[in-house]
Amino acid sequence: MNIAANLLLLAFSGSGKTGGPLDVNPGLILWTVVTFIFLLLILKKVAWKPILNSLSERESFIKDSLDKAETARKETEKLIAENKFNLSKAEDEAQKIIEQSRELAEKLKVNILEESKLQSKKMIEDAKSEIERKNQEAFNKLKDHVADIAIKAAEKILREDLDEQKQIKLVNKYLNELSKN
Amino acid sequence: MWIYNPNTVTDTVKTAVETDSKQDTGWIMHHVLDARELDFTPFGVIHLPEIHLFGMDISITKHVVFMWIAMAILIFTFSRVARAYRKSLVPKGVTNFAELLIVFVRDEIARPTIGKGFEKFLPYLLTIFFFILTCNFLGLIPFGSTATGNISVTATLATISFVVIQIGGIWKNGFFGYFRGLLPHGIPFWLIPIMFVVELLGLFTKPFALAIRLFANMTAGHIVILALIGLIFILRTYVVVPVSISFALFIFLLEILVALIQAYIFTMLSSLFIGMAVHQEH
Repeated sequence: MNIAANLLLLAFSGSGKTGGPLDVNPGLILWTVVTFIFLLLILKKVAWKPILNSLSERESFIKDSLDKAETARKETEKLIAENKFNLSKAEDEAQKIIEQSRELAEKLKVNILEESKLQSKKMIEDAKSEIERKNQEAFNKLKDHVADIAIKAAEKILREDLDEQKQIKLVNKYLNELSKN
Repeated sequence: MWIYNPNTVTDTVKTAVETDSKQDTGWIMHHVLDARELDFTPFGVIHLPEIHLFGMDISITKHVVFMWIAMAILIFTFSRVARAYRKSLVPKGVTNFAELLIVFVRDEIARPTIGKGFEKFLPYLLTIFFFILTCNFLGLIPFGSTATGNISVTATLATISFVVIQIGGIWKNGFFGYFRGLLPHGIPFWLIPIMFVVELLGLFTKPFALAIRLFANMTAGHIVILALIGLIFILRTYVVVPVSISFALFIFLLEILVALIQAYIFTMLSSLFIGMAVHQEH
């Protein structure tokens, strides 16, 4: 009994004329509810919605920008790779062309050489045949000439008074003349 | 062995009550408790109007006024912040600071504790956070008063949290689903009635703890500061002045920390309980 009385006394000792810290004031509760609900509604409309929207808008903007930058970077990388590939391809092509032209030149050179050799051979051949022909001609001329001379000599011999000594001398003389020719 | 002596206790309490009325040591309580006037002592006292409605005393008291001041500050500040965002998405000045706290509440409190669907509760959590924060800080300025150091205010805020938690749970899980979800899975059927009562009690202890924690934290600091100052007058010597003042200053700095921490804890726990009510699986 005593304990209960003491507890009661303790509980209400503070709430004298000024009121204790644990006193509940219904008016204050009402005002708190009203104030808080009012504040919640006003701030929700005036502040939280626009602010949170702006924040998420900005976040998505930043995210988009980063994504865009990333895609641009990837695109650039792809382009660079493509460029590199193209460049190496062009280089290969150029190399190939040079190689081809070199080959062509080589072939051309060989051809020309061959041709010129052939030509020179032919020219030599021609020259040879020409010489042969000229030789033949000269020989023929000589033959004619010799015949002519022989005829002339015979004629001379026939015209002269022939004695044996004179004949031998004559023949020798003509022969000498012939060999001199 | 300590023997309980009822007479000693009775005597002590009686003496305390008597000296209280005789010596008027209620000046500490005068600073902490609610009042019907705004006390700007060297400059005068403003008496607040008394209103009675349907037999209920709904007078405007000191704490109501300070809640309204907090409300005015918040509406002013955040409407400006919202307007600043309309101009440019890049924050500066007050907007930057407000954004820091808003993003903190969103990313550190609401998102991890509630998870999916946290956006629905964000306006409530932001409002309760900034309201408690502002009320706490209003108690730290000269002539200010801590509305959150009043059990009526904290109990009401906790009750609103309670309502939000229950509405969140019921909205997500359905009325019967929510109350069925309160019971843990896989308990023996004969435990169900007991567990249901325990869990139901648990629902009410959460906001009760919220209310008491906020009230006690905000009141205790003020009482300690006033008691340290009061030491000078009780001991009637100047020697304790440096000690009292430095200790009071230390407690005051601590109170700045506590004002922030309590606003955070109230919001954090409300958010946690909402998360637990919404996602009952774990």
